[in-house]
Amino acid sequence: MKLKRLGQQEVVFAIFAVLFAIFAIFLPGFATTQNMLTLLQNVAVLGILGLAMALIVIGRGIDISLIAALAVPPGLVLQMVQDGYSLPVSMVAAVALALVFGLVNGWLIAYAEVPSLFATLATGIFLAGFGQAVLFKLDVVQWSTGMNGFERLGQGAILGIPTPIIAFAVVCIVVALLLRQTRIGAYFYAIGDNPYGARVTGIPSRPIIVLQYVLAALIGCFAGFVLAASVSSMPTRIFNSTLIYDVILVVVLGGIGLSGGRGGVLNVIIGTLLIGTMLNGMTIMDISYSGQNLIKGMVLLVAVVVDSFLNPRNEETAQQGDI
Amino acid sequence: MKNIKRLIVAGIAGVGLATLAVAPVLAQGLDEPFQASFKKALEGKTVGYLPVAMNFDLTEGWFAGVKKELEPYGVKVIVRDPNWSTSAGAQALTTLISEKPAAIIVHNPDVQTYAKLMQRAEKEGIYVIQVNMGSVYRSAAFVGANWIEIGERNADAVIKACQGKSNKIAIVQGALSAATSAYTLKGVENVLAKHPEIKVVSSQAADWDAAKAKAITQTVLKQNPDLCGIIGFWDGMDIGTAAAVKEAGLTGKVFLATSGGGERKGACELVKSGAFDLNVSYDVPTQAADMAGMIKWLLSSGVKPGDAKGSIYTTLTNITKDNAGSDTACWNLSDLKK
Repeated sequence: MKLKRLGQQEVVFAIFAVLFAIFAIFLPGFATTQNMLTLLQNVAVLGILGLAMALIVIGRGIDISLIAALAVPPGLVLQMVQDGYSLPVSMVAAVALALVFGLVNGWLIAYAEVPSLFATLATGIFLAGFGQAVLFKLDVVQWSTGMNGFERLGQGAILGIPTPIIAFAVVCIVVALLLRQTRIGAYFYAIGDNPYGARVTGIPSRPIIVLQYVLAALIGCFAGFVLAASVSSMPTRIFNSTLIYDVILVVVLGGIGLSGGRGGVLNVIIGTLLIGTMLNGMTIMDISYSGQNLIKGMVLLVAVVVDSFLNPRNEETAQQGDI
Repeated sequence: MKNIKRLIVAGIAGVGLATLAVAPVLAQGLDEPFQASFKKALEGKTVGYLPVAMNFDLTEGWFAGVKKELEPYGVKVIVRDPNWSTSAGAQALTTLISEKPAAIIVHNPDVQTYAKLMQRAEKEGIYVIQVNMGSVYRSAAFVGANWIEIGERNADAVIKACQGKSNKIAIVQGALSAATSAYTLKGVENVLAKHPEIKVVSSQAADWDAAKAKAITQTVLKQNPDLCGIIGFWDGMDIGTAAAVKEAGLTGKVFLATSGGGERKGACELVKSGAFDLNVSYDVPTQAADMAGMIKWLLSSGVKPGDAKGSIYTTLTNITKDNAGSDTACWNLSDLKK
């Protein structure tokens, strides 16, 4: 009977713990401090994106355009610096672009009442297309000497900890504080749990929804800065990759239901750790790409199946949040 | 003295007269018998260009180079951009065929998809030039890099750099579905077969993605800090590989060999900075010139499409610290577009 109380979060955490233990015992060189730092560093950007997505999903939305916010504004920074603008000016332009993008997303969803899935699908394609057609000369926006110093955000280390991990930690803390300590955070949960109820009780739902998408776009843009600094370029074609599914995976796997109103930063961390451990372990074992996909799919299936056994769907939960 | 002066004056006068006498003959000129028909064969023709996607150094470079060569002769070069979608590409090729251009330049996404369509194009009287990625159907011309040779050159260089060291190397492949990646791997395997002492500690696909390449390389380097070399399959992706090597503080100790189109920022500058030790370049402007040359020849020759088939494998250049600083080792897009 005790098992019944295990939520998806605990299931995934258990899988993570088992996997981690197996790797630690059987893989020499896995359970070292250095490798742990690498593991975290490799999923830091994914984790930051997961936090942005969590903000939206808690409010019962979804943001498919997150990868566009990750790719285009930071790409703009690299392109503008290449074209001779100073780094601060370019950064301001990029943040402004992300801000406007978030506002448009939020307006479409909160005021025009377009379902978030379709609204962000369209705006994401628009922004990525705008970047490719108007802003960038090449898909991979290259580094130029004017960017020097900026790479520390993605390549340096503070007290031996790589900066992407620190960036992830900072965003974790900010989002956790926002969700748990502020009234706005409480509104996010209220709107996600019951949008109409929230509105009736006098919560300014529409501006709050706009705020969610603005925050998500800004966090996405920040993740893009870390990514660009980390690989000394901005491969804007990443928009066409499957990264957005990985982000949704981290969030849902971690236990933030798409029905909204539940979950928090801890869920994202757990989801990110599981993905990170799998990727790292399989890379050390030198498993082929197809083999990795197979294993990844299997683990995810196990997580989902175990969860639906432990938490069977009922009338109430089945109705919400299934896209 | 006087006599000499006279002589000179007489001489000048003589030359002057002679020029006057010859001038009418020169003014008549001599007609070169072939240029008019050449011009006529090209004038007003259309060349379709179907890359896997625009917006990256190779395809932009080919387009700019071909346009530069053909437009002065009144050839229109039109581009269809399927943006990495194979099905959109097949559709674009089908419509291109119905538009009946004189020639189509095709950049295959794989060896199979466009094969039938290209055969149809040549049947309908359109020359097909394939670039950098040949399909199973051999058309009028293939212009491109020999991927096997690229793999061999990179492997040779890495093994040479590994002499007297740990003999541990890593391979960062492109996308598994891409034949270019598989061909390059074959070249690497050819060389490795001759060197049993070399141990490949990791051979993974990074999907042409710099972030993935970095993640893989970081993990591999943590496990094998004594790694002596890495073979990467594309410089655009291996920026990430190089970043991982740099972060591990192993630049100069781990020999990184890669390949690419030789664009200045993507190749020469990264070799100069020490990020790459070797970048095998299939010089894009040369490839563009080869394609344009092929089209000029085909259009002016009157050969029936499908009758003549041949290949122009690009002569590869090794870009290393020795020549990365020279003006000719690399090219840049903005200059090519001028």
